[in-house]
Amino acid sequence: MRKKRRLAIRTVILSVLVLSIASVLFLNGKTDERETAAVGQEAPDFVLQDLRGNEYRLSDYRGKGVFLNFWGTWCEPCKTEMPYMEKQYRKYKDQGVEILAVNVGETDLAIEKFAKQYQLSFPIVVDKSGEVQKAYGIYPLPATFLIDPEGKIVDYIEQPMTEEMIGDFMERIKPE
Amino acid sequence: MDNAKCECGHVNPHGTVFCEACGKALYNKEEKLLDMRYEGKKRRSEKYNRTIIDKIWNFFSSVKVGVTLIVLALIASAIGTILPQEGNINIQSDPGEYYRETYGWFGELYYLLGFHNLYGSWWYMLLIAFIGVSLVVCSLDRAVPLYKALKNQKISRTVIFLNRQRFYNKTAIEKINEQDIEKIKERLQQRKYRISEENGNILAEKGRFSRWGPYVNHIGLIIFLIGVMLRFIPGFYVNEFLWIKEDETAAVPGTSQEYYIKNHRFIIDVYDETDGEVYKKALEEKGAIVKNYQTNVTLYKADKKLPGEKPELKKVGDYEIKVNHPLKFDRFALYQSSYELNQFSKMTFALTDKKTGESLGNITIDLDDPRETYEVKDDYTVEIVRYFPDFEMADGEPRTKSMNPVNPAFVFKMITPDKPEGEISFTAIQQTVEPFGENEYKMEFQSLETVSASGITVRKDLSLPIIALGGIIFLAGLVQGSFWFHRRIWLKPEEDYLHIAGHTNKNWYGFQREIEKIVHGTNIPMPDDQAKK
Repeated sequence: MRKKRRLAIRTVILSVLVLSIASVLFLNGKTDERETAAVGQEAPDFVLQDLRGNEYRLSDYRGKGVFLNFWGTWCEPCKTEMPYMEKQYRKYKDQGVEILAVNVGETDLAIEKFAKQYQLSFPIVVDKSGEVQKAYGIYPLPATFLIDPEGKIVDYIEQPMTEEMIGDFMERIKPE
Repeated sequence: MDNAKCECGHVNPHGTVFCEACGKALYNKEEKLLDMRYEGKKRRSEKYNRTIIDKIWNFFSSVKVGVTLIVLALIASAIGTILPQEGNINIQSDPGEYYRETYGWFGELYYLLGFHNLYGSWWYMLLIAFIGVSLVVCSLDRAVPLYKALKNQKISRTVIFLNRQRFYNKTAIEKINEQDIEKIKERLQQRKYRISEENGNILAEKGRFSRWGPYVNHIGLIIFLIGVMLRFIPGFYVNEFLWIKEDETAAVPGTSQEYYIKNHRFIIDVYDETDGEVYKKALEEKGAIVKNYQTNVTLYKADKKLPGEKPELKKVGDYEIKVNHPLKFDRFALYQSSYELNQFSKMTFALTDKKTGESLGNITIDLDDPRETYEVKDDYTVEIVRYFPDFEMADGEPRTKSMNPVNPAFVFKMITPDKPEGEISFTAIQQTVEPFGENEYKMEFQSLETVSASGITVRKDLSLPIIALGGIIFLAGLVQGSFWFHRRIWLKPEEDYLHIAGHTNKNWYGFQREIEKIVHGTNIPMPDDQAKK
């Protein structure tokens, strides 16, 4: 009897300790990884304005695929990608896939010159406060999120993209 | 596991050091004195070792293991101070690359092993957690048997037990009379001893509570560790940093955009003559000495909103944040912890006729929000064709390294009545290039406006009261164990002799002096210190 009780007490004490250690390690591990905007999660909603002051709200795009791209004019791969994105945008726009290009907070002048230079027709919004970048855990640029018509993040791309890749991505989030 | 049977016939649990009944040593029989630690009880863990649970328990019950864990944690913490921790340096690039580039192979190794973020690395935390487990198990394993042994201790001990105590003596029983015993009892009581008697045997004991000191101390440590653990629960602990320029309004990080501050002004005050004669010499020797770093801010509260959405700010109040005088609100504290002077904010240029040197007027460009065209005067306009806030040349092309205006450069188009199609000029700091031949006009640099930026640390720590409680209990345990002594005196009359023995957990000298005073003037002999012989 006594031995059984002792074993039970030890088991309880050790499991309480193990459980608390495990939960701390788990919570700590979570802060290391992407806290928000992980693949499979719902894409965090946001409201941003373009240079003309038009508001864009992500949740307004339900039913459409969203190619969410974060960029800056100084980011070299972004410069390469932009023309590809523009081409694919024209192709997939009528098939229900939209591009939202979020500038990371540069001056209106820099953005305007850039958009003109590359003749970009998709909406460009500016994240001056950096809040959207924080919500999506952006680092470094370029960063692209594929969001399906249900508003779920399908994929997160941190590397420079080729035109074929962009085309494949568009296919993946195209509504049925 | 076998139980140990003593010569006297009593069956002791396995691992017992000396017989529970007669006090005969079961191990180290040739030793003159008994090992009184844990009252001769063996640590519980050493009694049973059957299941996996017992094995884990026994591992953590070992003081050797505990000390090893502490030493490992100490070594790791020491290594963690060799290079700066990731959180304490402002890394713009990938941290792994940063450590490799800055510190070479050692930096790379440092990063790979997780030393760059030591206090958050899983193995360091596991080490600390193991120390916690070791504390709990070690304490339970020792405190429980000790408590039981002291609670159930016998009043009448055997002679074998008494004469193997460090303090022991005996005298012929005829020499002792009633008064001696009464006197000694009275003196013991005066000295706060608790006296129990059984058939003429006397046990006088005091300060038993000192024995719990180490365990109280461990409870404090465990509470301390629980407090540290709580920091990982979201909302319990915030430690963030915010760079904010003058005139800028920004969300306070860690508050989920619930609070905003606006930086009105950053101030550095230095001591000068007006502060009085006493500072004169120091000022002559050292030059400017800073008296105060301060940021004047307005605190705002914002309603819940989506990221990126313009906040609806409600003013909470105007405050001054000074070093050591944080702004406190809603359990957050904002500390003045850094600053940067002279960040470029506005540049003024004059459109100048190169031949005559005549200025046609100034334009002032806000480096954080430049316009496309600037009217100098009628028929004279300047256009910004390209703007490079952080200019560099790469592969013969001008470009910007970042979006921060640290080294601004412009491509201007100067439209004048003489040159209606415009002249192009590339203008950077102390550098002008006219890529399409000699121009008639130039943009002459006039002045630069700068702003200061404040570095504000944002802290919230709800675990602090728990950590403080743990610390207080820790110290209480330390005091309890250090400044009180557990002393026991046994008296045993027999047919021929009266035996006297004493035991204390520390400060034998003080104990000896006390016994001297107790037995003084009686026929009861002063016990000898057997350890000295």
